[in-house]
Amino acid sequence: MDFAFTSEQDDLRREARAFLEATPSPSMEQLAELGWVGILQGDDFTFLDASVLFEELGRALYDGPFALNEVAGQPGDDVWSIEIDGFVPHLDKVTRVLTPDMRGTKAQGDTLATVDETLGLGRLSRNGAEAAQGEWVDVRRRLLAALALEAVGIGSKAIELALAYASEREQFGKKIGSYQAISHSLVDGYVAVELSRSLAYWAAWSVAENDEQVDLAVAAAKSQASEAAVLACEKSIQAHGGVGFTWEHPLHRYYKRALWLEGALGYGREHRAEVAEYLLSS
Amino acid sequence: MELRDTPDEAAFREGVREFIAQNLPSGSKQRSARRFEDADRDWSRKLGEAGYAGLTWPKEYGGAGAPYSHQAIYLEELAEAEAPSHLGVIGLGMAGPTIIAWGTPEQKERYLSKILMADEIWCQGFSEPDAGSDLAASRTRIEDQGDHFLVNGQKAWSSFAHIADFCILIGLGLPDEPRYKNLTYVIVDMHAPGVEVRPLVQITGHPEFNEIFFTDVQVPKENVLGAVGDGWQVAMTTLLHERGTLGFALSATLDVAVRKLVALAKDRNVTDPILRDRIAREWVELQALKYTNYRSLTTLTKTGIPGPEGSASKLVWSENNQRLTKLALEILGSHAQLTDGGGYADGYWQYQQLRSRGNTIEAGTSEILRNIVAERVLGLPRSR
Repeated sequence: MDFAFTSEQDDLRREARAFLEATPSPSMEQLAELGWVGILQGDDFTFLDASVLFEELGRALYDGPFALNEVAGQPGDDVWSIEIDGFVPHLDKVTRVLTPDMRGTKAQGDTLATVDETLGLGRLSRNGAEAAQGEWVDVRRRLLAALALEAVGIGSKAIELALAYASEREQFGKKIGSYQAISHSLVDGYVAVELSRSLAYWAAWSVAENDEQVDLAVAAAKSQASEAAVLACEKSIQAHGGVGFTWEHPLHRYYKRALWLEGALGYGREHRAEVAEYLLSS
Repeated sequence: MELRDTPDEAAFREGVREFIAQNLPSGSKQRSARRFEDADRDWSRKLGEAGYAGLTWPKEYGGAGAPYSHQAIYLEELAEAEAPSHLGVIGLGMAGPTIIAWGTPEQKERYLSKILMADEIWCQGFSEPDAGSDLAASRTRIEDQGDHFLVNGQKAWSSFAHIADFCILIGLGLPDEPRYKNLTYVIVDMHAPGVEVRPLVQITGHPEFNEIFFTDVQVPKENVLGAVGDGWQVAMTTLLHERGTLGFALSATLDVAVRKLVALAKDRNVTDPILRDRIAREWVELQALKYTNYRSLTTLTKTGIPGPEGSASKLVWSENNQRLTKLALEILGSHAQLTDGGGYADGYWQYQQLRSRGNTIEAGTSEILRNIVAERVLGLPRSR
């Protein structure tokens, strides 16, 4: 039993966090220079190494197709997105799109106005589709795990912002974080994110090892982590008061990403229906 | 990262399974264990003899000196078999570790091995009618009479007191000293003259807890843990162990509850999608607690210090257990009122649901635990 990342993976996390603090919106070329692009293609890295990046990119509110391209797992120099529930994130930033029928299509179509303005969500015009490599069941598992990890990054950042604010902002002559109405609410947000972090890491390990429980792990992780991220953002907005409700403050962008993650590849109840089927029909 | 057992862990797990298969008394699975029975003492002694009772205790005190992962595996396997736990919960988890940390060589020699073998059962004398969450407000008096201490006062909410041989007790040793410097921590013989135990009937109708009255109880001077006036520090050691080692025991308990919930749902052929969603959520919450404990375990193994992720285990477990037992009643539907002989599984769920209301109160209320997480884990400013 060893449920921790290796020291190399911890180094990768530190490196990623420092890079993304300076460059929160890197191009695919910049990520390729770091050696991140295609990290899942060779034999040097596992899904656990990639999962460190997925979480850190979530934390930095990264707005590009890196994770989708990795998860799609297609050979060649194209940058891939994946059609999720009928829509394609970052359609304008990729060259090809993987669809759940495991066909690859040229990235063409209309980009749509979305709540999360960084999503670049598009509707694909399907022409010139060719067979793609791999199985959808594997892509879907990797995608669910990646979405869960991104949500953990979002949720923990939202709570950190609230903790910093509550430790500084004073009302009635005291730091608002000393009031239990504030602190207990943030504890609940923190605890929800930390519990879902454990599920997301379990899911990442299960994907890396192709463990027999992988489908349950990704269902549990995706549903719980995305719901926890939404909860964390809502608690953070509330703790920030009026400031948290402004367009100027970054919180709304974390919140909108969390709302996207909550619904992508199905809301929590759809994944729990799978879990219930496993528990009650066997 | 490796979530499978190492060869050493797998061998240990196999050993625990064999032990349970050969020694678990038949019928213990069906029994709802509302009151402790002689069978539990025999089972506890067997666990002690096999070396499972003090797995993580140092070898010099009769423990196995085993890694924390063995403790986690042992508890998982007990849960899997729905086997009762060792009767000496307070001795193993609280009194023992406190004696190991603060005790004299004579105290260690006198008490520790008898805790492991369940030869002597312990209870805790911390809470009082006017000192609950505010433990430092204790009014029980521990007076120095020269050649002994004289103890007078009342303790409440004490599990196991009716079968206990010893009590870890804190009270006012130096009443003129300021708060936190006025307390003394002593070991009291529960069979001494002047100790009276009265069962406290809970909302379940069962007397699982007790009140303890101490009237001019003479306690030998050598029974003090730490020095007179060190009581608060010694008590913090006890509470650290109470909450620190509790995580795995709690996820093991919840594991049993989820198994029983799923069995109930299958038995009742639950098709309602809302109920199915809620059952699945309880399973997911269990995995979250379990894997969070694994993360704490890894941190503990690597650094010797429990990680912050573990501090919320008890908080989460108590709310999970309340939600889960309530869900079981909803699955029972119109039969939820029928209990004991007339109801499903002899009133198991009705008892568990009422009992679960205590979970957010005992061993630190949820309000106190949220304060602890806020201040010590999240670094928020103090609330008082």
